[in-house]
Amino acid sequence: MSTDSTNTGHLEEFSYNDRITKWFVGATMLWGCVALLLGVIIAFQLAYWKFNLGLEWTTFGRLRPLHTNAAIFAFIGNAIFAGIYYSTERLCKTRMFSDTLGWLHFWGWQLIIVAAAISLPLGLTTGKEYAELEWPIDISIAVIWVIFAINFFGTLVKRREKHIYVALWFYIATILTVAVLHIVNSISLPVSLMKSYPIYAGVQDALVQWWYGHNAVAFFLTTPFLGLMYYFIPKAAKRPVYSYRLSIIHFWSLVFIYIWAGPHHLLYSSVPDWVQTVGMTFSIILWMPSWGGMINGLLTLRGVWDKVRTEPVLKFMATAVTFYGMATFEGPLLSIKSVNYLGHFTDWIVGHVHAGTIGWNYMMTAGMLYFLVPKLWKTHLFSKKLANLQFWTATIGLVLYMMSMWAAGITQGLMWRAVDASGRLVYPNFIETVVKIVPMYWVRAFGGVLVLLGFFIMVYNLVKTIQFANKNNKDQAEDVYAAPPLSAAKEEHGASAHRKLEGLPMLFSVLTLLAVLVGGIVEIAPSLLSDKFVEKAPHIKPYTGLELAGRDIYIKEGCYVCHSQQVRPTPSEKLRYGDPSTAAESVYDHPFQWGSRRIGPDLARVGGKYNDMWHFRHMINPRDVTPKSIMPNYGWLTKNKTNFKVIQKKLKVMKALGVPYTDEQIANAFNDAQMQAEKITKGLTEHGVPMKMQSKEIIPLIAYLQRLGMDSANAKKAIEEGQE
Amino acid sequence: MNIIYFLLPLALLLGGMFVAFFIWATKSGQYDDLETPAQRILFDDDRNIK
Repeated sequence: MSTDSTNTGHLEEFSYNDRITKWFVGATMLWGCVALLLGVIIAFQLAYWKFNLGLEWTTFGRLRPLHTNAAIFAFIGNAIFAGIYYSTERLCKTRMFSDTLGWLHFWGWQLIIVAAAISLPLGLTTGKEYAELEWPIDISIAVIWVIFAINFFGTLVKRREKHIYVALWFYIATILTVAVLHIVNSISLPVSLMKSYPIYAGVQDALVQWWYGHNAVAFFLTTPFLGLMYYFIPKAAKRPVYSYRLSIIHFWSLVFIYIWAGPHHLLYSSVPDWVQTVGMTFSIILWMPSWGGMINGLLTLRGVWDKVRTEPVLKFMATAVTFYGMATFEGPLLSIKSVNYLGHFTDWIVGHVHAGTIGWNYMMTAGMLYFLVPKLWKTHLFSKKLANLQFWTATIGLVLYMMSMWAAGITQGLMWRAVDASGRLVYPNFIETVVKIVPMYWVRAFGGVLVLLGFFIMVYNLVKTIQFANKNNKDQAEDVYAAPPLSAAKEEHGASAHRKLEGLPMLFSVLTLLAVLVGGIVEIAPSLLSDKFVEKAPHIKPYTGLELAGRDIYIKEGCYVCHSQQVRPTPSEKLRYGDPSTAAESVYDHPFQWGSRRIGPDLARVGGKYNDMWHFRHMINPRDVTPKSIMPNYGWLTKNKTNFKVIQKKLKVMKALGVPYTDEQIANAFNDAQMQAEKITKGLTEHGVPMKMQSKEIIPLIAYLQRLGMDSANAKKAIEEGQE
Repeated sequence: MNIIYFLLPLALLLGGMFVAFFIWATKSGQYDDLETPAQRILFDDDRNIK
């Protein structure tokens, strides 16, 4: 085939790789069912604790990370890839850069999902929200993402359309930024094949984690879907986007501002005030580009609103964009410190997130699948009635979800802070504030069932559509299209060289970025590793080996999913939990465990509050010591053996990360841990606990819980005694 | 807290990269025409030649 650019009338023939899009569509349907089903299961677990099933692999603490990972990276991830592969080829008028890379991308991503589905229920987790996967899986994600990036940017390079349509800009931002976020947040030192400690600790780790966490929402759940919106809404409505100029302003302002909003997850924490203020300010600014996008999407439908009534694709997409507008209003609102103080750690945040993920991502995905499946299989939809049925079940389910979580969040937030005229807490027992919202948990679980049912209806509808198509269309050959080469679109001489130069900077920008990051990490890492950069607080000592082992059990069981370790500097928190948390207190915490939700009470100062036997009974059956508790039983902690041998290695890795363990402590790690375990168990034997409990996991966990906040408490006591 | 000395430049780098990218896009003529690109994507399925 000639690419002679002097012949402007010449057309090149090409076809699209729709097979890979079909596979991504199938994976979206499969993982969508799994992710939503997991969501429903954990919703019921909060409503009634027995749904934890009494098995260590099925508790809320382990399944909740599986739900979030499955929903974000498996369900929504595959939907993004399906939409990107389909639309990029058509917007560039070319086949994807490489079929092989495409299939590597597809199967690599599915393998990563399977690895996550196995490792998370086993408790193999880093304990960092939305980044729970352990280091070998993290490396695989980086490799597969780079393969995807090469395939995508390669396609841009060989495009036949000079103009890069706005949807593609959003895809570019997604691919670049997700790579940076994932790599920076995941850097850690391995202890073993499936256990590692992040190089960041305490405040550092919190800042990196929420810089990642917030921008994962931005660049995994938002920008790719905005790209899909800019492609699929005009296509489905058969009219151009309302304002192309607005789409450009929308894109550049959104990608620039989003990066800065992360610290709004850390308001009233021990992160410096100015960082919190910057995060809050950018979050409020973010409202404008977000609504610019919403308005542009909705106004594209001007003149065709009747189609929203009859066409499932537009019905779902118009609703999705509306929910996007709602969620991006609620986000800045929650970022205002005073509002955040009420909403943070409550279910309001959970409701907010699901307004985005169900309202925006699920609805957009459904609309996109109703568009893609008939197009890809060259047929029409099996049943519009079923699509409408899904629309109403999902919408009603989502509204129930949001309403119940608003009610639960605001109720609990107000109860936590309620102080009576004599200056005492109105609800001093945390459990009162939990019992109050359990009815809302039932409503939420019911709403979730409706959302899931809607998804099943869609999958049935689409599978039927595909079956009919496969029966009727025997011809599976790819369509052939024709378009002039890119060089024909230009007036310059020597166009083919110029074309390369125009395309390559983008590929280069990815590679340069990665190179810059590696360089940056090499320069920065030493300052992070050296203890002379850490704030001086001599009374804060590293954990003992046994406590560290207990901390890893705390992480493994996902305790951070329901318990925070961060006392905010307000009167009601001081009454309930004690002094506000300080930055120095988590200085040795790799990873930090501040948490984001208080389904149970804060644990930052739980050490010494109860005796060891209380903790022992509480772990076996929480209702023995706290009637009406919704926490699962952790009976296996009295059966699983502690791995004492690995403790020495853990101390060594921690020392490499800058935790000041002495050589003596490392040398005696095994014996010291055994002795501390023996001491704790001896105390428990007075209450009838057998001595053989010494070797079980519950002992280090008690050691860890009893240590929390004790360094500060002891230092305070010493000062007070000195004054007397 | 020291991580801020890494995250701030990184955020600036990312943001700055997008700004540089914007300038490149504008200079290379991506936004010279704000009418036809929006229209053109509607016609990409009509070139099936077989």
